[in-house]
Amino acid sequence: MTIHLYLWLIPLLPFAGFLVNGFLGSRLPKALVSTVALAFPLAAFAVVLRAAQFVFTNAISMPYAENFGGSWITAGALHIGFTFALDQLTLIMLLIITGVGFLIHIYSVGYMAHEDGYWRFFSYLNLFLFFMLILVLAENYLLMFVGWEGVGLASYLLIGFYLDKKSAADAGRKAFVVNRIGDFGFLLGMFLLLSQFGTLSFTKIGDSLAAQPALQGGMLTAIALCLLVGACGKSAQIPLYIWLPDAMEGPTPVSALIHAATMVTAGVYMIARTHGIYDRSPYALAIVAIIGAATAFFAATIALVQTDIKRVLAYSTISQLGYMFLGCGVAAYSAAVFHLMTHAFFKALLFLAAGSVIHGLGGEQDMRKMGGLWKKLPITFGTMTMGVIAIAGIWPFAGFFSKDAILYEAFQHGTLGKALYVVGLVTALLTSFYMFRLWYLTFFGESRAASHDFEEHGAAVHSRSDSKLVLEAETPHHVHESPWSMLGPLVLLAILSFCGGWLGIERFGNFLSPVVGPVIDPALESGGKQLDITLSVVAVVVALIGVFIAHTFYFRKNDRAAKLASTFSGVHKLLEHKYWIDEIYGALIVQPLTLASRYILGWIGEAFIIRGSAWLLAGIATLLGEFLRRWQSGNLRSYSGWLAAGAAAILFFAVIAVGLNWVGGVDIRMVWVGR
Amino acid sequence: MHFDTVPASWYLILSALLFCLGVIGFLIKRSLITVFMSIELMLNAVNLSFVTFAHEWHAVKGQIFVFFVMVVAAAEAAVGLAIIIAIFRSRATLNVDQIDLMKL
Repeated sequence: MTIHLYLWLIPLLPFAGFLVNGFLGSRLPKALVSTVALAFPLAAFAVVLRAAQFVFTNAISMPYAENFGGSWITAGALHIGFTFALDQLTLIMLLIITGVGFLIHIYSVGYMAHEDGYWRFFSYLNLFLFFMLILVLAENYLLMFVGWEGVGLASYLLIGFYLDKKSAADAGRKAFVVNRIGDFGFLLGMFLLLSQFGTLSFTKIGDSLAAQPALQGGMLTAIALCLLVGACGKSAQIPLYIWLPDAMEGPTPVSALIHAATMVTAGVYMIARTHGIYDRSPYALAIVAIIGAATAFFAATIALVQTDIKRVLAYSTISQLGYMFLGCGVAAYSAAVFHLMTHAFFKALLFLAAGSVIHGLGGEQDMRKMGGLWKKLPITFGTMTMGVIAIAGIWPFAGFFSKDAILYEAFQHGTLGKALYVVGLVTALLTSFYMFRLWYLTFFGESRAASHDFEEHGAAVHSRSDSKLVLEAETPHHVHESPWSMLGPLVLLAILSFCGGWLGIERFGNFLSPVVGPVIDPALESGGKQLDITLSVVAVVVALIGVFIAHTFYFRKNDRAAKLASTFSGVHKLLEHKYWIDEIYGALIVQPLTLASRYILGWIGEAFIIRGSAWLLAGIATLLGEFLRRWQSGNLRSYSGWLAAGAAAILFFAVIAVGLNWVGGVDIRMVWVGR
Repeated sequence: MHFDTVPASWYLILSALLFCLGVIGFLIKRSLITVFMSIELMLNAVNLSFVTFAHEWHAVKGQIFVFFVMVVAAAEAAVGLAIIIAIFRSRATLNVDQIDLMKL
């Protein structure tokens, strides 16, 4: 008996939701819009669960593929099928996307309740799911690229969701443009793959690699590096990370779903998916690892001093994605995907909890104006605490297991790995520090909201506000706990963040090993078990030190943090301005481009060539018209004169033609006579 | 002299001469009536060559075509004269150089 998993249903269901809400949503009542928006992702989740059941019971052979409509693109020897495939890696991604995605949809119903464009928001959100599911279900790079571009589009639409806010529109554009740079690398990578393998199918490339064990480096390094550029763009790694912090202009559920849990992990997924090529190119792998570790550290340092609650989380996302890249770079793909999964749980939780805080405060995002909220938002506080502990990597929360796995694998990866391990460990310290800083600033101490809000920064609150709950923010609002539609997903995600890691890297790695190769089992290495425990203890101790530092600085009101900042004012400024990277990019890349566009293209290109050619054409037409209009005199005899002249000319030509037997070798007399 | 002894080319030359006279009259005459008559002359020149060829090749189609031309010419003459009278009534002239309303 063949089992059908109906993979095509998985992306198509959210797409149906998008169509319904996108075309009819403005006319439907809100309740119906939410029902549609929730029902379709839920149905997709159900289909995924059904598939998962078959996978876990080994009822189907992996990888399982479904092809639609034979060949999608055929050009010469190139055949690209419209094929979806399911294997263990895809299944994990599907569960995260539809599961966490559905929770975030529920949350959004509460969060977006008072917003304009409610239906627009949900139709975009469903559209995002559609493309993300295509991305992970695709069986070849081209179809994956379709999803890849599609999620970029959905991300753009949702970042710029608040249409009338210029900063949101700018952020959306920035995300789009920076991602385009990455996509360029992805495209080049695909072209190189085509020239090397003649196909874009994952399985065929895998077979081809297996058939040529001697194929190493060279072309494969080039492919790997091109794809890495694409991954860096999508997953916000150095040097293309700059769009992600700005993407926080979007509504908070969007930040949770797209810019933390799913879309930004597409780069990690792609590298894990392409591991066959990376494994053959130690050079490319090393670069992946270095970029990952550098990004992890770099973003963590910026997060230390940010004051916007969502920006801290954005930089921590970049930092955690750096860990995943580090995992990929030391060929520990299953550890990277493990971290991807736990990160999806706790980072979605953190964003949603932050959204709940923002919602409760009527749109306030500045942590300096929070404080003392643990009593007023008890459930938000409780769940966020779980998320903070999880990301800090403290046993037995989810983040501990996955981060530990990555650090262990890095440590085992030669000299470079040991150096990167140290970077990762320092980053872990920073992570636990800035997350607990956020925690203390938000929930402890005295409330700092009232004194600032309505005197100095009264107007600023609205311009910065994520949610446009203007009315609530204008009156001295009473802080309120969020509705259960928002708290429910928080609680579920908190549970996942708590026990998501208990699965253990060994079991997880074994499950994934058919796709990404075996994980190094500490128990099988000499002294591995001991080393593993030692490193775990070190990691937890480091995390606790971070907690302790945050506690000394931020628990209760004290001026230690301010003092430290003024002592190292140079460093503080550097961090506060995010190393002036945006400014440097602006001066080095954006400004020259703008100037070149304005002057070179503007003057030579537009003024001279484009406008010039338009003028030239218009001038020719005018002159010709000026000449031809004289024919239309209204004088009958002049018309008839031209007519006669024309007839004479044709006759003359015909006679010549007959005489010389012209006209394409055809004997024109025969045509005339009709014989 | 039997009809057949006159070569076909003579008829054709006559037809061409008549046609050219029609064209010249059409071009140089200013009176609308004369222009109209020149058109009739051209039509009949064409009729003559139709008949000539029809006879030459023993094909009856050409002669049938002549009847069509005559019918159309008669209809045209009726309509054309009506138009000429209408023009004369409104403009009190039949000089084609002065009837130039249809210009830009």
